[in-house]
Amino acid sequence: MNDQLVIGGKELSSRLFIGTGKYYSDEVIPEVINRSKSEVITVAVRRVDLNRSEQHVMKYIPKEMTLLPNTSGARTAEEAVRIARLARAAGMGNWIKIEVISDQKYLLPDNEETIKATEQLAAEGFVVLPYMSPDLMAAKKLEEAGAAAVMPLGAPIGTNRGLQTKELIKLLISESKVPIIIDAGIGKPSEAAEAMELGAAAVLVNTAIAAAKDPVAMAEAFAQAVEAGRTAYRTGMATKSETANASSPLTSFLDSI
Amino acid sequence: MSFYLIYKQLKDVPIETYMQSVSEADVRVVLTKQELNQEDLLALLSPAAERILEEIAEQAHRLTVQHFGKTIQLFNPLYVSDYCVNHCTYCSFSVTNEFERKILTEEEIEVEAQTLRATGIEHVLLLTGESKQHTPVSYLKDCVKILRKYFSSIAIEVNPLDTEEYEELFAAGVDGVTVYQETYNEDIYKQYHVKGPKRNYLYRLDTPERACEAGMRSVNIGALLGLDDWRKEVFLMAMHAQYLQTTYLGTEISVSLPRIRPTIGDFIPTTAVYDRYLVQCMLALRLFLPRSGITLSTRESPELRDHLLPLGVTKMSAGASTEVGGYSQDDKGTNQFEISDERNVNEISEALIRKGYQPIYKDWVHL
Ligand code: SF4
Repeated sequence: MNDQLVIGGKELSSRLFIGTGKYYSDEVIPEVINRSKSEVITVAVRRVDLNRSEQHVMKYIPKEMTLLPNTSGARTAEEAVRIARLARAAGMGNWIKIEVISDQKYLLPDNEETIKATEQLAAEGFVVLPYMSPDLMAAKKLEEAGAAAVMPLGAPIGTNRGLQTKELIKLLISESKVPIIIDAGIGKPSEAAEAMELGAAAVLVNTAIAAAKDPVAMAEAFAQAVEAGRTAYRTGMATKSETANASSPLTSFLDSI
Repeated sequence: MSFYLIYKQLKDVPIETYMQSVSEADVRVVLTKQELNQEDLLALLSPAAERILEEIAEQAHRLTVQHFGKTIQLFNPLYVSDYCVNHCTYCSFSVTNEFERKILTEEEIEVEAQTLRATGIEHVLLLTGESKQHTPVSYLKDCVKILRKYFSSIAIEVNPLDTEEYEELFAAGVDGVTVYQETYNEDIYKQYHVKGPKRNYLYRLDTPERACEAGMRSVNIGALLGLDDWRKEVFLMAMHAQYLQTTYLGTEISVSLPRIRPTIGDFIPTTAVYDRYLVQCMLALRLFLPRSGITLSTRESPELRDHLLPLGVTKMSAGASTEVGGYSQDDKGTNQFEISDERNVNEISEALIRKGYQPIYKDWVHL
């Protein structure tokens, strides 16, 4: 069954995005990619030594992966924009995950600055995926600003607390024209499955895989969970659409009156 | 507002009595909580907690991996001057100690920076003794201009400055400030700081706030363990860090736990901070401030540093030199204090990898 997600003109078969931070060694990354079947991987630009290509994490990422450099460390829209430009200039492609965090205590994204950065970078031709606090109005503004997808948090970064923002995320999923990708908070495969069942277009999982005792096995568990959740969602969708197409058993008599 | 107002309230809290009343069961309750309060912190620093360190360590390890992954950021100090106008009883650089003082020229800094950079280190901590006469802000700016060519992140540990001066340095490319209060105990502060501007307790206490106000990305604070009762010092330092984090949301606050090391003079710490206590301090800090960085310097021995790794550490100096010109000059200056872990950057990296950790050389980009 063909179920592809299209972002920035790219067709993706896997709906699991993964990260490169927090691993005990970058050497494990190729196998994590392999078992997760993921096609999109996020990389913190600030961790990459752009002058010394032999040293950085990118040497462990196969060419066919779509790189999603992120602007972690940015506290303002301006800083995020500058980091994005650096990434593109360094040959990391034109996808960018905007992360603007001006609160170092809870690490919550600053939606206002994120919208500004999205506007700017989309205008510069980037495929922009902004990380945000799940607020419907902010999500709509990001969409208008040219975001290719919107990435609300399930729970604050690194907390592994799952989909604490579920009710808000549901609204985003039903109201958005762009794909909604759940980023941050997912700590277990079952939570990834739940996000997919809700209709998320994809999930981004870093800590839960990278900090697991066996990251490779955990990557596989997440791949399975994401597929299961997606299949469940599609099955649900089908039922819903059949109902909508059927004649109205309770009111069809009105037509014959 | 200043942390001083909070300090004045906390100062008279009967901390010892409270800590004595804590039981092991109380500490276990703390381990089940998500957000900890002041009393929880005291429980973790109490004698009762000392008896169940392993249980606390498990939690600290879990939280550290959760928030930082299995990574350790490496940085190194770079001393450019050992001139100091203060007399701190515990430090070799004290104005009362006679030795030939040095201040690096621009050319010497360039060589020193190149040598340090060649080890792979990208995060540098620029240090001086505390003397505004010898190392004024203009000199620091010149240093930063050179260091920017070689390093991704530059922090400073110099004499406390005014907000405007920090702003100037931030604009020049400094992104972090380290300043230790040494001891939070205002009553004994002056006994250790005999002479010089450092005697001004309040100006020093407010230094991290001025750095935050100037927009610094990271501010690192610490108490020099051994000058007063370590339980009280760590309690106050943690409260200080929490206050800064809550007041200045944009700045990353991290903490250090330096212990007194041998110096030129014969200073003997007033309170012994054994390894076991150091571990307890670190665990308490990790649980109370789960997202804060904790720095571990080369003051500690290789064996101890290796064992402390999983307990909360997130940043380490590696192959550090604590003397002026220490990386490149034959005729090095005087050590500020003796280091204990003499392994070079490669050796430390290898040790980290063996322990299942990834050394991070670079974690910021110059913008
Ligand atoms: S601790 Fe600092 S201020 Fe005190 S003597 Fe040493 S260098 Fe000078």
